[in-house]
Amino acid sequence: MSSLRPDLSIIAETIRAGSRVLDVGCGDGALMAALRDQKGVDARGLELESANVSAAVARGLAVVQGDADTDLADYPDKGFDYAILSQTLQTTRRPDLVLDQLLRIGGQAFVSFPNFAQWKIRFAHMLGGRMPVTKQLPHRWYDTPNIHHVTIADFKSFVADRGYAIKGEWYLSGEKERGARGANLLAEHAVFLLERG
Amino acid sequence: MNDDGRFGLDRRTKLLGPVKLDSGAQFAPVEFAYETYGQLNADKSNAILICHALTGDQYLASTHPVTGKPGWWTRLVGEGKPVDPDRHCIICINVLGSCMGSSGPASFNPASDAPYGMEFPVITIADMVRAQAILLEHLGIEKLACVIGGSMGGMQALTWASIFPERVQSAIVIASTARHSAQNIAFHEVGRQAIMADPNWQNGAYYGSVDQPDSGLAVARMAAHITYLSEEGLTQKFGRQLQDRPDGTKGAKTFGFDADFQVESYLRYQGLSFVERFDANSYLYITRAMDYYDLAEAHGGSLAAAFKDTKTRFCLISFDTDWLYPTIESKRVVRALNAAGAAASFVELSSPFGHDSFLLDAPEMNRIVDGFLKAGGL
Repeated sequence: MSSLRPDLSIIAETIRAGSRVLDVGCGDGALMAALRDQKGVDARGLELESANVSAAVARGLAVVQGDADTDLADYPDKGFDYAILSQTLQTTRRPDLVLDQLLRIGGQAFVSFPNFAQWKIRFAHMLGGRMPVTKQLPHRWYDTPNIHHVTIADFKSFVADRGYAIKGEWYLSGEKERGARGANLLAEHAVFLLERG
Repeated sequence: MNDDGRFGLDRRTKLLGPVKLDSGAQFAPVEFAYETYGQLNADKSNAILICHALTGDQYLASTHPVTGKPGWWTRLVGEGKPVDPDRHCIICINVLGSCMGSSGPASFNPASDAPYGMEFPVITIADMVRAQAILLEHLGIEKLACVIGGSMGGMQALTWASIFPERVQSAIVIASTARHSAQNIAFHEVGRQAIMADPNWQNGAYYGSVDQPDSGLAVARMAAHITYLSEEGLTQKFGRQLQDRPDGTKGAKTFGFDADFQVESYLRYQGLSFVERFDANSYLYITRAMDYYDLAEAHGGSLAAAFKDTKTRFCLISFDTDWLYPTIESKRVVRALNAAGAAASFVELSSPFGHDSFLLDAPEMNRIVDGFLKAGGL
């Protein structure tokens, strides 16, 4: 799974072989294909961009063009072992409702997102006085799809408020995994595995 | 298989049936006109049924005997194409009610010793599918690796998957819908009224008469043809351009009612050439079947229930400029399939050509169909 993006690689390694997975915001289906080919997973996907959906379907994946904010309601309760939302939470209109849907549809949910409290981002804002543009968040304030920036600390308290349990957490700096200590300041990305409390 | 007369181009057969119709009637015997391409493999696992649209026919990938034009879906079907006779056994059957050799209102009615005319029973999309199932039994094909159709062909593909789920491993539904909308029915009614208002229609008993309901049928086709195109496509192709006169002079407003505009001339041509190859009564019966079509109806209004516990893989494709069966209709089907837990794929493709996009050059569509079929081992 080494060719996968680091957060996806963590997710792929953790998922049980032969399970049923819904990948929300699946892009061109890279994770789904890896899960199918290497773990015999029955993977389904939801993706907004037409070109990504075409690419995924052309590689034989079951992907539906749709919007996480509006189209998750169609899926039945507990239809999947896992629901995955990688690098998509911050682009949704209502992250809270999307998360509720994920944990209604999936027994467990993986959520990964860029950490808006990472020190480079803090410095760009604090010293530069401008909205940060970094490798992880390359967009400018006016063209960014990331409309709900979130920090690791925010996410954890949000999860606690909604009564969900954290079953796993992983932090990334660059391509490398790092410890939980000081993660809110040091980690560029976070991956959480959640469950209904 | 080479010597098997049941397979090949331009096949005809008459089977006892009967087809049990939704109206409660039974229809027998049933005539079938169909074509097959490619060989059925030893374990009969490579059969692909392609269903045609309202005015289509079995000449899927071979020259049309009336128009002399190439098959209607050679962009998708043929050597080196996603649906390939080198790998697949492809079957295309003229639908029940049509006029290219399968039983329809122009067929001979053994009970009256004359063409059926309006004695032909009113049929539905499900009736067409049940008839096809009878022919496939005759061909010894129990399972279909895939059923593919665009427009009314897509309605048949969905119906196949709904009423014969064990026999359909996958279905590709393009530019289609799970029900006819009020607008769809309204346009069809215009067409039917145009035919029935033509005095030459003679209550459907025009067979053998010198007077044929050609003008009515041509007007029906003209109205329908507009729904197959997009405003953008029409503007691109014709705009407000004027038609050159038959004597070669430059187009100008005639201050009369000739086909001044190119778009008028084009539509008139579409209408006139259509009557050469289609039967007015068939047009009435098939549009009726489409109007009656609503897959959820038999399931208490729940489309998801029409696909309960399905094992069939689905692929739906819509086009952004198709206002006849717009994307929202495909999404409705996808929502139902998701609710039923089905393995479904769906994408809206971009094309300026409206509903007809699926018949035109659509490389993205071909890529998707190819990937979807190969994922099913085809």
